[in-house]
Amino acid sequence: MSNRYRKNLLVCNGSSCQQASDFDLVAFINFKLKEYHLEDEIKAVHSVCSNRCSNGPNIIVYPDNVEYSKVTKADIDDIIIEHLLNDRIVERLVFNTENGIGVAPKKQYRIALRNCGFIDPEEIKDYIEKDGYDALAKCLTEFTPQEVTQEIIKSGLRGRGGGGFPTGVKWDITSKSVADQKYVVCNADEGDPGAFMDRSVLEGDPHSVIEAMAICGYCIGANKGIVYIRAEYPLAIKRLKIALHQAREYGLLGKNIFGTGFEFTIDIKYGAGAFVCGEETALIHSMEGLRGEPTLKPPFPSVSGYLKKPTNVNNVETFANIPAIINKGADWFASIGTEKSKGTKVFALAGKINNVGLIEVPMGTTLREVIYDIGGGIVDGKKFKAVQTGGPSGGCLTEKHLDLPIDFDSLTAAGSMMGSGGMIIMDEDDCMVSMARFYLEFIVEESCGKCAPCRIGNKRLHEMLTKLCDGKGTLQDLDLLRNLSVVVKDTSLCGLGQTSPNPIISTMTNFYDEYYAHVAEHRCPSGQCKSFMRYYISEENCIGCLVCARKCPVGAISGEKKQVHVINQELCTKCGICMEKCKFHAVYLN
Amino acid sequence: METIKSVADLKKIRTSIQEANQKQIAENDNKKLIEINVAMATCGIASGAKAIMDFFIEELPKRNIIAKVKQTGCMGYCYAEPTLEITIQNEKPVVFGYVDLKKADEIIEKFIKKGELVDGIIPINYDLAT
Repeated sequence: MSNRYRKNLLVCNGSSCQQASDFDLVAFINFKLKEYHLEDEIKAVHSVCSNRCSNGPNIIVYPDNVEYSKVTKADIDDIIIEHLLNDRIVERLVFNTENGIGVAPKKQYRIALRNCGFIDPEEIKDYIEKDGYDALAKCLTEFTPQEVTQEIIKSGLRGRGGGGFPTGVKWDITSKSVADQKYVVCNADEGDPGAFMDRSVLEGDPHSVIEAMAICGYCIGANKGIVYIRAEYPLAIKRLKIALHQAREYGLLGKNIFGTGFEFTIDIKYGAGAFVCGEETALIHSMEGLRGEPTLKPPFPSVSGYLKKPTNVNNVETFANIPAIINKGADWFASIGTEKSKGTKVFALAGKINNVGLIEVPMGTTLREVIYDIGGGIVDGKKFKAVQTGGPSGGCLTEKHLDLPIDFDSLTAAGSMMGSGGMIIMDEDDCMVSMARFYLEFIVEESCGKCAPCRIGNKRLHEMLTKLCDGKGTLQDLDLLRNLSVVVKDTSLCGLGQTSPNPIISTMTNFYDEYYAHVAEHRCPSGQCKSFMRYYISEENCIGCLVCARKCPVGAISGEKKQVHVINQELCTKCGICMEKCKFHAVYLN
Repeated sequence: METIKSVADLKKIRTSIQEANQKQIAENDNKKLIEINVAMATCGIASGAKAIMDFFIEELPKRNIIAKVKQTGCMGYCYAEPTLEITIQNEKPVVFGYVDLKKADEIIEKFIKKGELVDGIIPINYDLAT
């Protein structure tokens, strides 16, 4: 490895950086480097989006990690002479000089994902090397259960499954319940469409969850833990099993852990993938072998849960935060985030966004930063319309919410919710009525059927939305829809029904004009609802070749050879084959 | 089989892991240690990460390069799977996205051998709580 390249220039190849520059920056820099006889030492390459889209074109100098923004052709000589030849940073181009030597501040901060992507999840030694099981050792040997619980309360950690209940307080309540047996349950029944945070944590860092469950057991006085995981996550289950096996072999689970006499074991229970089983009472019934149906609280699981014993249920991501809090201290954790929501949150970005992926940001980061800086903006440069947070239980946030700092309370105040962390981004082509219909369809499928408002009410809501999308809705339906949504929300038994009308309520609040257009103007503004489409054949362009008539699967096109064809709107199913097959662009949409 | 019966045992295991790493570097003529992490969560595997990992495991010894290749969980760059992260000792880790066999070959020949970056680098966009 004698003649290694001294430096490399990473030129952002994201779509907005490309647009910001009217020439090929990489080719130009490499040409310039040749002029300076540096081509054997330094090279410019394209990189994937560097997430600073509003400041493009961006160039990162590797390995110095200096980031230059808004670089033009004229700046290249300066960068080469100053930085590459004389090691002096070109300050005027540096993205942010307040933060050290031009190291752009990062938007993401990883706590729950601190080991994901860095350790081999099937190798306990990798985890131990990264300070693994230090937190458990510290708790067992240096602190009383009360002290640990107080530390968690002090950190301000709130449940990451969506509810946002303070984790330490939950532990405290469970620890105060008196019983001969208590349980720690890890809720890995991640059911939101488009969410994959828990799966990623279990697939990438299962030991941190195991360690945290043992710490929780120590705090509440339980010696049994159960992970409730959906059977649709085979790889997560496999890695969790391997991790449990290794932890047992090393004596980190079992009897007399760290020689302190503390005993803790963990079992796995499989869920059949019912959305409602993410609700803690339904989850507990499912674990008991009963139907996955929720029951009224109280009694809360912390008083009477699994097998009628006090049970502490926490989400995977909540657990993944615990070892970091113990190792680095509650004050450190409490210093991150907003006043009432501490720490970070993992989000799964999905939908019409360039950088689909898993991210972790401090609480209080704005939606704009998440979507445009980390997410790289909307696909094909289209216009942002809305983002659905909290899955089917959450609501949509629109352009006016883009600068809202994300935390538990701000999202609730804006009519959505944090949820478990799925974020589905929608652009101008998405119809909000049909989006609401999609979520209601999901809810109708997943409702357990125990209480009437959820079982029957959601079904009716779904029917009304279908009616709107089919172009058969009336203005009266809009009132009914709104009223019934409120009734279902107010009268359902558990969280599923209490939140299921949220997508309707929030889209009606933010996009009432779209609903109105569907019923009063008989059109779908984003052109997604098929029933409003009409295909026509242009008299000017049609040469009467019969191709469309032959290809139409329902025989809706009639016409003689060399004469203009006509589409029978009654029969047409709007499949669009005629438009696709016509070589003369004679078929058009209204 | 080692078991951990006390906090001291845990520390001992950690030290022995670190020593083993040092030994590996020494055995490799004190050349820089190369670590290759392949993102192998469900999504990574689905987009072909297993074949990429096998390629590195098979090809590196043939080309006389000693490196630690290991599977990891999700790195978060779902849009650019398969992804992998290469750390050459004392240098900053580099993440490569959209890796196929051709790119993997290019990474060995250009980056690992010569330190020359190839197109498709993903700039690291997070800070880590360590």
